[in-house]
Amino acid sequence: MPRPGFVLEVDRSTPSIMFWRGENFSLEKLPAGRSRVIYPPEPLEAIKDIDGAIRHALLNPHDQDPLPTQLFPGMKLTIAFDDVSLPLPKMRRPDTRQRVIEAVLDLAAAAGVDDVHLIAALGLHRRMHEYELRHALGDRVYDSFHPRGMLYQHDAEDHDNLAIIGTTDHGEVLEINKRAAESDLIIYVNINSVSMDGGWKSITTGLASYRCLSHHHNPETLENTRSLMGHRHQSALHTSVWRMGKVLKDHGPKIFQIETTLNTDMFPAPFDFLSKREWEWTARDRATFLATTKSLNRTPIKLARKIFHNMEGPHQMTSVQAGDTDAVHKITLEKVYEQQLVDVVGQTDILTMGIPYVCPYNPDGVMNPILVMCMGLGYLFNMYRNKPLVREGGVIIMTHPCYRDFNPVHHPSYIDFFEQVLADTTSPAEMSRKWEKQYAEDEWYKHLYRTGNAYHGVHPFYAWYWGAHGLQHAGKVIIVGGDPATVRRLGFTPASTMDDAFEIASDVVGRDATITHLHAPALLVADVQ
Amino acid sequence: MSRLVFSRKPARFAMARIAGAIMPGAGASVGPLALEPDEQLPLPTSEWVRLHTRMAGICGSDLSLIDGTASAYFDPLVSYPFTPGHEIVADVANPDGTPGRRVAVVPVLSCVTRGITPLCPACTVGRINLCERAAFGHLSPGLQTGFCADTGGGWAHQMVAHPSQLIDVPADFTDEAAVLIEPTACAAHAAARYTGKETVIIGAGTLGLLTLAAITATRDKVRHAPIVVTARYAEQKRLAKKLGADVVCASDEMPRYVRSATNSLVFGDQLTCGAAHVIDCVGSSDSLQQALRVVAPGGEVQVVGMPSNVSLELTSLWHRETAIRGCYAYTHADFHTAIDVIRQHDLGHLVSATYALKDYTDAIAHAAAAGRRGAVKVAFDLRGS
Repeated sequence: MPRPGFVLEVDRSTPSIMFWRGENFSLEKLPAGRSRVIYPPEPLEAIKDIDGAIRHALLNPHDQDPLPTQLFPGMKLTIAFDDVSLPLPKMRRPDTRQRVIEAVLDLAAAAGVDDVHLIAALGLHRRMHEYELRHALGDRVYDSFHPRGMLYQHDAEDHDNLAIIGTTDHGEVLEINKRAAESDLIIYVNINSVSMDGGWKSITTGLASYRCLSHHHNPETLENTRSLMGHRHQSALHTSVWRMGKVLKDHGPKIFQIETTLNTDMFPAPFDFLSKREWEWTARDRATFLATTKSLNRTPIKLARKIFHNMEGPHQMTSVQAGDTDAVHKITLEKVYEQQLVDVVGQTDILTMGIPYVCPYNPDGVMNPILVMCMGLGYLFNMYRNKPLVREGGVIIMTHPCYRDFNPVHHPSYIDFFEQVLADTTSPAEMSRKWEKQYAEDEWYKHLYRTGNAYHGVHPFYAWYWGAHGLQHAGKVIIVGGDPATVRRLGFTPASTMDDAFEIASDVVGRDATITHLHAPALLVADVQ
Repeated sequence: MSRLVFSRKPARFAMARIAGAIMPGAGASVGPLALEPDEQLPLPTSEWVRLHTRMAGICGSDLSLIDGTASAYFDPLVSYPFTPGHEIVADVANPDGTPGRRVAVVPVLSCVTRGITPLCPACTVGRINLCERAAFGHLSPGLQTGFCADTGGGWAHQMVAHPSQLIDVPADFTDEAAVLIEPTACAAHAAARYTGKETVIIGAGTLGLLTLAAITATRDKVRHAPIVVTARYAEQKRLAKKLGADVVCASDEMPRYVRSATNSLVFGDQLTCGAAHVIDCVGSSDSLQQALRVVAPGGEVQVVGMPSNVSLELTSLWHRETAIRGCYAYTHADFHTAIDVIRQHDLGHLVSATYALKDYTDAIAHAAAAGRRGAVKVAFDLRGS
């Protein structure tokens, strides 16, 4: 029986706590008597017969007829699936998407459906490489559909192939992929790693245009999204998305939503010690940790990245549900919270977090400084329900090398954003006003997004807006171990050591400030009372 | 009283070339440059006057000469032995030997200074920098004062000059400001071609900074697009920003800025659009090639920094109908513009270090490493010695 998450009060006997530092780790001693560590629940049991569970979900959907009864010869069927941004790290084969899509295709074939298109719902993310598509879908699906042009990636800038479904009562235009819009049935295949994802967000972001996305991917909406991972009614982003969902439901094609949840068994051996609680580390775990960190210290950064990004997580499916989007997503949220929710009493003055080598926007790439901000203030800060873990005006301390390094293929506009926009302002509202349009409409960025493997020109803005609520909420943000000039460009304060960071933080929150560490891995959502 | 003399000594010239390749500026200690006792040069004609040098700058072209990297093109335009130094502020010697008016020297040795009549077509219209008689007339060959055996140069306590070469230094100018008049005149000459469209200045050494200063001082009204300046060192970046650059970046970052500013696409290393005007103040193969990569179709690369032997891939020049245009020296009018530019930007502070003539090896080493050492202009100070 997996143990639930819990909050450890740090005392003198508490060992040093492991922090991510990009492509490495460190052990940090947290002050006794005023620190606590939030540990995630242990990984839930995976479904034993995954293919059986998928088939059961397709035949017994929620608030919809069984999938086979919705399939008929001559119909136009579109299967959309989540892109490479999740899960992290990538799954061991077979990927959930492959399992689900193969099951759907079997049913479609049995029903005589031959007009089937598979679309990677990547929104404004980068196009997946062939090896990534093969990993997600399996060789059989890839080889059957891709050569015939029936497996492709959504293009938010292909205006000939976008269609307007309608407009919400708030004036938000819902514009999505034309093939999907004109289908008799869309089947959306999700991997719900975090509670932010899924539901109506799947189609209204993954298959949407820039115009459509900009209604909710903006500073005002994200400053009022409290939080991305918490209750829907406290998230302006999800409220907007759900309004679009209503338009989609009322005026769009029929949708069969399939959502799946994963357990948090994220790292394979020899990195499985990462998921353990430090005082439970065996002598072997300690030796592995030491050997790993010392080796990584001597490993060229490119090689270290390759090692980490090549890792395949052993995480497995804990639930699969299909049918009506609202009904399905309600169950999904319960399952995600069952795996990730931890009760926490009270906020803290200082929130610490280790930033890993990867976030949803750099699979097989570089965790550039903007993504460090996005991961820290956009994702980890938002891993709460009800109230933020850190009090308003408190301090957020992150650990990451924060190197000034970018992947020019994946993140060309990020480089210019760092040099040009962040040199001008770090305010989400101001950069949105002054710079966003230029980047969103830049023909070169569009070209690289549409034909290469680049994130859309506007994407660094979205990554920055993701942290808008955290930026607004925190009194100070400190990055330990980061390149000082780069950290300053982000508008944050560099510190050499965790002790230095606590000293710097004392200017804001005093000397007896309480400290809370969000332990990662794995994923957790703090339910703060 | 002494002077630096550059003689024709092939063996020493070869040594300077080797030393300069190892350590820029090292040619001064092993090459044909030597400190000698000063001697009074004869006046070429009775019109000429004697000057007592106050300060004289060290220019990039001087350094290339000292390190043996100057182009052989100049051989017929130089007469040995000569005293280098063409960035000069000096006092005109009165007939009784006392110091008279303080002047900056226009070093170009054109038809008028050479006693040539009628004037060549270029001199007739005042474009003395394009004089067709630089190796002729009653003077020995010499592109400028500082390269001619008959005139001397600024790296000496005394020299001779034709009255047409003298520009009065305003009374409110320090000698440091005045020694910058000549290089600023070069910059003013380059800035005259500025159109206000997207402009890139490659290099933020003395010439790059002064060109930027000349543009922002004299042509700012027409500026309607960003000026991007590439700079290698922190002090250069600070100064470029202070002098009005919109963007200051490292050389390898520049194409990205230009691409973004001009909404350009890219094929290979070539921007499809680009900057209308690229001012190359470096003059190397790399800088010129980069200029061709970022200049707009039909645009112009203006070569302000003195190039030597360069190797260039010119297909893009042909394909995109771009132009490479040289930019040499100045006219008298550019000197008067330079005075305005110096006053407007208070450029005297760009003189970072001065040396006595006897310390010439240190001075030249400093000038050769000026950017790295946080300096801009290094000069000889001959006052009171």
